[in-house]
Order: sequence, then C-alpha cells, then structure tokens
Amino acid sequence: MMKPDMSALETHFGAPAGEDCGLLFDVDDSSMPAMEFPNCPNFDRFQAKTKDMVKNKRGTTTLAFIFDRGVIVAADSRASMGGYISSQTVRKIIEINPYMLGTMAGGAADCQFWHRNLGTKCRLHELANKRRISVTGASKLLANILYSYRGMGLSIGTMIAGWDEKGPGLYYVDSEGARLKGNRFSVGSGSLYAYGILDEGYRFKMSIEEAGELARRAIYHATFRDGASGGCVSVYHVGPDGWTKLSGDDVGELHFQYYPVQKTPVEQEMVDASPSTA
Amino acid sequence: MSRRGDWVYENNGGTCVAIAGADYCVIAADTRLSVGYSILTRDHSKICELADKCVLASSGFQGDIKALHKNLAARELLYQHQHNKRMSCPAMAQLLSNTLYYKRFFPYYAFNVLGGLDSEGKGCVFTYDAVGSYERTGYSAQGTGSTLIMPVLDNQLKSPSPLLLPARDAVTPLSETEAIDLVKDVFASATERDIYTGDKLEIVVVNKAGTRREYIDLRKD
Repeated sequence: MMKPDMSALETHFGAPAGEDCGLLFDVDDSSMPAMEFPNCPNFDRFQAKTKDMVKNKRGTTTLAFIFDRGVIVAADSRASMGGYISSQTVRKIIEINPYMLGTMAGGAADCQFWHRNLGTKCRLHELANKRRISVTGASKLLANILYSYRGMGLSIGTMIAGWDEKGPGLYYVDSEGARLKGNRFSVGSGSLYAYGILDEGYRFKMSIEEAGELARRAIYHATFRDGASGGCVSVYHVGPDGWTKLSGDDVGELHFQYYPVQKTPVEQEMVDASPSTA
Repeated sequence: MSRRGDWVYENNGGTCVAIAGADYCVIAADTRLSVGYSILTRDHSKICELADKCVLASSGFQGDIKALHKNLAARELLYQHQHNKRMSCPAMAQLLSNTLYYKRFFPYYAFNVLGGLDSEGKGCVFTYDAVGSYERTGYSAQGTGSTLIMPVLDNQLKSPSPLLLPARDAVTPLSETEAIDLVKDVFASATERDIYTGDKLEIVVVNKAGTRREYIDLRKD
C-alpha cells in the first residue's frame, strides 16, 4: 500500500550549529539540509544586529490584478542596501513556470531563494501528479513554508499569479504567514502610490493594452514618489496560454513620455532659429 | 571580552571588482587585511579560483570568506568527480547563492563577486549580497570601496537595462586592455579615499586562452 506523500508538510526548522557547522551536506540527500542557527543567548537580538550589519538587498514596488483577459503583473527594478542603490536591473517578476509568475518585495535573497524552491516543488508536483499545480496549491505550498519560519526575520511580500483550470488566479503571500486571495494587490514601499493610480483606473473589462498601460503608469508613479523604487518598469500578462512580457521601460524616459517638457516661448524661438544659423 | 555567540563578526575591509567583456572577464581585489584602524597584512589574497573559468572575489570577514571559499572548492571537486567536467560559472553562481542562503540566520559576512566565462565563452559577472540574492550583470564592485567605485563603472560601462522591451543593443564593451586599465584607475581612486583599500592590487583575467594574474602596487598609507 502506498504511503501518502507528506513531504509538503515537512517543516524546515534550523538546527543549532554543530562542530562541522553544517558545511558538509550529503550530496546524495535530495532533501534540504536544515538551516543552521547561531548558538547565542538572544536569537532576536542577533538577527537584528546582523540585519544592520549586512544591510541586505530589498526590493520595492510590485502590483498585480485580475481582469477579464487574465492577470497583469508589474514591478520596478531597483534594489537598495540601506540608502545605497545596489542595482537598477533586478528581476522582481520571477518566472516560476510558463504559466505562473511570482513577484519579489522585501528581502531579495529571501524572495529569490523561496521562489526558486517553489518552482522546484511545483515541478515535482507536476511529475508526481501528471498535471500542473493550481495557483491555489502553489501559493499554499509557499505560505506553509513561510509560516513555519514565522518570527525569524524573513521578509517576503509576494504575489503568486497564474492561469490554471479555474481561470486566472492571484494570491498574496507574505512572511508573516498571510495568504490572501484577491483581485488587486500592490506590495512594497511604493505600493501606496501605485494603489492610487491602480484603484482609480481599474475596470474589470479592459483590453490587454489598456490593462498593461494602467499597470505601467501605476508603477511609474510609485517610482516617482518613492525613493526606494526605480529603474525599469516590467509588465507581464498571464493568459490561458501562459505569461508574456508586455513591456519593459526605463522610468526616466517614461517620465518625459507622460510629461513632455513644454518649451517656453523664448526657448521655442531659439529652437526654431538654430537650423538657419547652422 | 565577548561572550560566546554574542558577536562573532568583524570587517576586514577591502574591495573587489569584476568587469565582463565579450570574451573575457577581469576580476580584481586589493590585498590589504585590516582590523579596525590596524593593517594586519598587506599581502592577503581575496580571490579564489574555483574552476578554470570561474573566479570568486570576496570582501568582508576573512574567517567566513576562507570557510566559504573552502566549501565551494570542495563542492566543485565533488561535482568534477560526479560529472566528469568542471563547474560552469552560472552553475557555480547558483551554488554560491544557495550556500549563502543556507546560512540565512547566521550569515557568512562576505560580499562576493563571481566572474568568469559562461558556457558560450562570453564574460559574465554575478554580484551577491551577504545572504545570497544574486544577479548577472556586466560589472560590479563590492566591499568598503564599492560606493566609490560603482559610480565610475556606471559612468563608463553602463548599458541599456536587460529588462527593456524591445531589447536594446548593449553598448560595445571595452577591449580587455581597456578594461584592465579601467580597473587600475578605479582602484587608484578608491585607495585615495577609502582607508581599508590599498597596498597591492591583484588582477585575474579569464579568457579562452586561460587565466592569468597581475599585481599592481597601490598606495600603502
């Protein structure tokens, strides 16, 4: 008789650092080795101090919404380490598989690692069950893992967006253990600004271009006002055949597209005059 | 006197830079090891050649860095035995990311830059934070002098973002000699203004002919 597969219920609590400090993991062991913990009297204080010391990369404005043609997912591309911009080209929309996307907000390493891990689990599910995993299932897998690490300082605010047999799906999952099903979410330090544009322009019935443009404007406005957001706006669309990238624009250039510089009469005269004096 | 487990890190300073070109990669790091205001040695290498086309430079806490480099070198050897080939740079990049993340709650205090050639022979640079978030870029600087060096590299090397759609052609990259000159200039500048950077510059160049090493003197004050 087959034993039911309980691997999804396994928790991955850390183990205190032993003599080998967890360096020699068994390469044949396909399950994850337990994460090592420092052997110190006050775990939370240690985490708070190392957080200040290493100043991990953090990512910042993402949004996603469902409309009648599927799901739109958009994000900026800036990562900051404290006040320093460590990168303007971060991929915050993570391709879990050809029909599911995840977004990154919060700690960059946390999001990258756990999304990669989720992609692995989704693929294993496909191989074990001969069918694709649903968005509900994928988000639950991630939420359960994050719940088991609740209180340890992970910082993840992610949205899982995809198209499965039930149609478009969108879930918000975070490191506090929350998992919410919804139609419209924006996550990150710039999310309040993005919500302003998104909520105002949202209608359920939109064409794909309109929806993409709404998402792009919402992220642009967030990058305009939030110092921790910037770089490029990437907009993806998830439809019944999977996701496609709709647009990728530098927000510096987008600014002048949305707000072209109006030349004053004097400047306009100078511009008009110059070709004849060349 | 610190109690066991109270605070186990220190920053030994230093800067690492890597620049990727069409068919080469330059990885450079200074060789100064400091603790506080003291210099412990002027001759400590921060660079580790993990595979024939894959070189790692790390700055931060040298205890963790030694352990990390040993760990990765051992994993690379195991890979060689199991797969009968050396690890490619992108594969090592993900291994490093996972290795760093497995110590998410007790981090390696190491700021890494991995450079080398990918499977097509093109230069690649991967830049990391201390807990494993990584990204493939064209150039990177990490360490105490990174905030002084990155703006200069951005000015000279920045190309249209890979996230743009429609994709834009990357600006013609520098030749190998130009890249090495840029690295030397950039370290000379960082040495002027960062107390933890100086003494000697170790440059490793990876291209299809192999790997070679150069040493340049920097200011010792």
